[in-house]
Amino acid sequence: MALKSSTETRLDFYRRMYLIRRTEEMLAERYKEQEMRTPAHFGVGQEAVAVGVCSTLGTKDHVYSHHRCHNHYLACDGDIGQLAAELYGRETGCARGRGGSVHLTQKDKGFIISSAILGQTVAVAAGSAFAFHLDAKPYVAVTFFGEAACEEGIVYETMNFAAIHKLPLLFVCENNGYSTESPLAARQPEGTSLCRRAESFSIPTMSVDGNDVEAVHAAAAALTESIRKGGGPAFLECSTYRWLEHVGPYFDHEMQRTYRTREELEAWQKRCPVAQQRTRLIDDCSMTDTAVEEVEQDIERIIEDAITAAKAAPWPDVEQLMKG
Amino acid sequence: MTTQRNLTYAAAIDEATCLAMERDNDIFAFGIGVDYSSAVFGSMHDANARFPDRVMDTPAMENSLTGIAIGAAAAGKRPLMIHLRNDFMFLAVDQLVNLAAKWRHMYGGKAGHLPITVRGIIGRGWGQGATHSQSIQSLFAHFPGLNVVMPTVPADAKGLMLSALTAEDPVIILEHRSLYSLEGPVEEGWIPTPIGKARVAREGNDVTIVATSFMLVEAERAADELAKMGVSVEIIDLRSIRPLDHETILASVAKTGRLLVADTSWVSFGVASEVAAIVSELGFHHLKAPIVRLGMADCPAPVSHVLEQAFYPKPSTITARVAGLLDIPYTVENAPTYVDNFRGPY
Repeated sequence: MALKSSTETRLDFYRRMYLIRRTEEMLAERYKEQEMRTPAHFGVGQEAVAVGVCSTLGTKDHVYSHHRCHNHYLACDGDIGQLAAELYGRETGCARGRGGSVHLTQKDKGFIISSAILGQTVAVAAGSAFAFHLDAKPYVAVTFFGEAACEEGIVYETMNFAAIHKLPLLFVCENNGYSTESPLAARQPEGTSLCRRAESFSIPTMSVDGNDVEAVHAAAAALTESIRKGGGPAFLECSTYRWLEHVGPYFDHEMQRTYRTREELEAWQKRCPVAQQRTRLIDDCSMTDTAVEEVEQDIERIIEDAITAAKAAPWPDVEQLMKG
Repeated sequence: MTTQRNLTYAAAIDEATCLAMERDNDIFAFGIGVDYSSAVFGSMHDANARFPDRVMDTPAMENSLTGIAIGAAAAGKRPLMIHLRNDFMFLAVDQLVNLAAKWRHMYGGKAGHLPITVRGIIGRGWGQGATHSQSIQSLFAHFPGLNVVMPTVPADAKGLMLSALTAEDPVIILEHRSLYSLEGPVEEGWIPTPIGKARVAREGNDVTIVATSFMLVEAERAADELAKMGVSVEIIDLRSIRPLDHETILASVAKTGRLLVADTSWVSFGVASEVAAIVSELGFHHLKAPIVRLGMADCPAPVSHVLEQAFYPKPSTITARVAGLLDIPYTVENAPTYVDNFRGPY
C-alpha cells in the first residue's frame, strides 16, 4: 500500500520505530546479564503497529497495553530511562520499581497502563472511552491486545458494551500468530476472522499489514477520525510477527525451541517494518544513507545514555515497601 | 431541633447516594437492573428519580464492567458499580483483585488513585440456595489494596457509602438483604462513617461478641436473652473488614476476657478466623476461655426450609455458646423464636 507521505512524516515514523527497535534490542542484550529481574516480553518485529496507531493520537487520548507493552509505551513518547529503570527495579522507574516490565504507566503522555492479564485492559480502555462519552470529550481510547486475547470472553463483553454506547474506542489486535508457543491452529477454528467477530457487534473493522507503518497509520487515522466524529468503536487487525521468544531476550532457535521454524522467522525478517521504512526514506524520499545513519546514531546515544543512567539510579527505599 | 430521623437501611443508602451524587458530578452508578422500578431493593429510588442520566442499566458482563469502572476512574470519573447478588462478583474477581487492588501500589502511585465503589448484596434464606446467598467478605479482604466494609445499621449504611464515594482507593460494600427493611436513627446531612473503625454497639463486661452485618442483629437478640440470665454482653459491630480495627476488638477482650465471633459467612479461613487469630496473637493473656467462632454450617447453602433452618446460626445458637463459655446451664428448646416477615420471591 503506497501512501503519499511527506518526507518529514516518513522520517518521523522511522525515527520512532528505530528508537523502539534499538531500545528493545539494547535492553534485551543487557537482559542477558540477569540484572533486570522482571519477565520481559520484547516487541522486536512489531514496531509498526505501535507507531502507526499512536502517531494518530494526542496526549489526552488514552492508550492501554498488555504484557508486550514496551513498544506502545515508547510510541506514546514514554521515557526510555524510566522504562529501563523499571526493568532494573529502580526508584526512578515509571512505576517506581513496583510494576516491572508488564506494568508500565506514563499517564501524562496518555499511556495509562499496561497489565499482564490477557484481555484485562481491553475493558479498562473501554472505561476511559466511557468516561469520554459521559463527559462528551473529544478523545479516543485505544486498547492494544494480541490475537490470543480474542480467546478471552472479556473482549466480547467489551465489544458488546462499546457498540451499545458507541464508545470512542479503537480495538487494535496485534495478530502475531502465536500465543506463547501455541499456534493459531490450536486456538482458533479454521477460517477464523477476528474482524468478522467484531463485525457481528456492528463494529467497523480494517485489516492491515502490521509490518507497514504507513498502512497501519492510514487505517488507524481513518478509524480514529470516524471515532472522534461519534461513529462509535472500531476494530483494527494488524498482522505481524514477534521475532524473539515469548518472554526473554533470545531467539527461539537460540533456545532450541521448535514450535516455529527459523525459515518462518527469516521470511518475516525480510519484511522487517523498520528496514522497509528505511528503504522508503532512501528510495522514495532521496535521503542519503549517511543522513539516515546520523539520525540513527543520535537515537543510539539517547538510548545508551538512558540505560546507563537507569542502571546507576537508586533502588527503592525498603522502608517504603508497604506504601503505594 | 434534632436532625435525626428513623430511616430504613435501604433509604439510608439512597440518601447517601443522592448526597454524594449531588456533591460530585463525576459519580455515576451502573449494574444489571439498577434503574428498575424496584431500584435495587429500594436503595436507589431517589437516585434513579433525581439522576436518571447517571444511573445506568447494563448487560450481564460483570468482569468487563468492572474493568470499565476501573478505566472510567482512571479517566477521572467515580463509578459506583452495583451487584444485586454479591455472588456475581466472582465473575469480576480478575478486575478487582488483579487490577483494582493493585492499582496504586503496582504503578508506584504514578497511575493515580482508583476511586471505585462496588456494592454487593448478600442474600439469605427463602430458598435462595447455594449461589445466591454467599457472603464473600473474606475473599476480597484477603487482598491488600481493597477496602471491604459491611454496614449493619442504617446510619452506617449511609455513612460508609459517603466514605466510599469520597475514598481514593477501591471500596467494596457488602450489604445484607435481611437488613434492608430495618429502621434506625440516621442524621441528616453529610455524616460519613470512617472506614477501618469498628463500633461498640452495646457495652458489657462478661463476654465480647464481635459480629458482622446481619449477625449483629442476631447477637443483639442473644444479648437480650443473656441479659435476662444476668450475663452482660459487649457487642462490637465490625463494620469494616479491611482495614480491621484491632484496637477496638482487643480493648473489649481486655475488659471481658471472653470472645465469640459471629460472621455471616463460613468460619473456615474467614473473618471469624481472622479475628480469632488476632486476639490469640495479641490478646491471649486477656483470655479466660477459648475463643468461639460462629458462622454458617460448613456446606453450601441448602434450599429446603428445614435444611435452611439448620444451616444458619440463630440467636439461640449464640446464646448457647456464650452460656457455655460462662458455664451457665441453657436449654435451646426454651429460646425465643423470631418471625421472619420476608415475603418472596426476593
